[in-house]
Amino acid sequence: MAQQIRLEVVTPDGERVNEEVDIVNAPGFGGDFGVLANHAPFLSTIKIGALTYENGKERKSLMVSGGFCEVSNNKITFLVESAEYGGDIDVERAMRAKERAEKRLAQAAQQAEDFSKKRAEVALQRAIMRLKVAKGI
Amino acid sequence: MPSLKDVKTKITGVQKTSQITKAMNMVAASKLRGAQEKMEAFRPYTSKFNDAMSNLSGGANTDSFPLMEKREVKTVELVVVTSDRGLCGSYNAHIVKRAVAMTAEYEAEGKKVSLVCVGKKGYQLLKKSGKVRTGYTAVMSSFQMFNAREIATDLAEQFLGGTVDKVEVVFGAFKSVAVQNPVSVPFLPVQPVETEGEAGKKISGDYIYEPSTEEIMEVLQPLYLNVVIYHAMLEVGAGEHAARMTAMDNATNACKDIVSNLTIIYNKARQAAVTNELMDIVGGAEALK
Repeated sequence: MAQQIRLEVVTPDGERVNEEVDIVNAPGFGGDFGVLANHAPFLSTIKIGALTYENGKERKSLMVSGGFCEVSNNKITFLVESAEYGGDIDVERAMRAKERAEKRLAQAAQQAEDFSKKRAEVALQRAIMRLKVAKGI
Repeated sequence: MPSLKDVKTKITGVQKTSQITKAMNMVAASKLRGAQEKMEAFRPYTSKFNDAMSNLSGGANTDSFPLMEKREVKTVELVVVTSDRGLCGSYNAHIVKRAVAMTAEYEAEGKKVSLVCVGKKGYQLLKKSGKVRTGYTAVMSSFQMFNAREIATDLAEQFLGGTVDKVEVVFGAFKSVAVQNPVSVPFLPVQPVETEGEAGKKISGDYIYEPSTEEIMEVLQPLYLNVVIYHAMLEVGAGEHAARMTAMDNATNACKDIVSNLTIIYNKARQAAVTNELMDIVGGAEALK
């Protein structure tokens, strides 16, 4: 049995994941990175994206939105604003959110409003990522 | 002596009130459970967050962050977090009182004070003072992180823009179902989190940061502000229901007392009426003889 690392995913609504895993792949701010057992202490910010991990034979992916992660003492902790498994994602809702965000983005482009544009962009990113994770990349 | 009918109406009225207060008590109890669960769920997030913050501030140069900059305090902003609904005893009044006392204190020191109200009740009570800058009045019913984010972003902008030099949050802390105290916590500038003990200090140096500590801090600090506001909102949510539970329980008991008093009056009045009628009948019979 290969060595394992403990993965914890914590959101404001509670702990989502707490298990021993073989490998974690996470969307870091400067690009995706993988973490194996006994990684050196590490701290990175997380952007909207897919977090995948493998335990034994299973491979699972979660959609996470911004936050950060910390690796220490053979434990990796994600503190993110939300985390959802592919199966839990409401595809229709994500589709609607995507359309809405696209529409808003088009509007914002005309009015050159910086703030609402940024918000729409983030919403669009989230919706696209949700759909991706729901389809099981 | 009040008339029989008046007393009867009063008794039914009070009984109906007690039914309502009893129902409200039970509703508050079940809502409190929900709010408490939410608070419990949020706790691991905050504790982990604080751990990471303290690890970071151990390794980073704290002076270089605009959100941590300590300036000479000329203007203070108080964020007053109250509930949206009333009928929860003196809960909101206590929070507002605390805010008013703090305002007076700061003003005595010659500082300008502005207020930001989160929750409808605080806004209603404080708007007459003329110091309220903004009020968020429809955010307490559903706890959402993005509400907290909106508020935190606004506050951070004010601070960075130089309009305020210090921000404090005033809210009703939920100690237990029976005890809720108004407390105030410093919000901005961000306080460096103290590392506890030797163990904490040892790890902090060895971390690999990606991107740099500074960039991580830039992401982390706004998040931290969200966490503080969200935490205050959750505490107020739970505190409000707990306070309402006690208030409604007291009201139900008071109703019971009033009903029993009124029943005594009612019985006395009835007896008096019966005696009067008897006297009339006896008097009438006497007269016929």
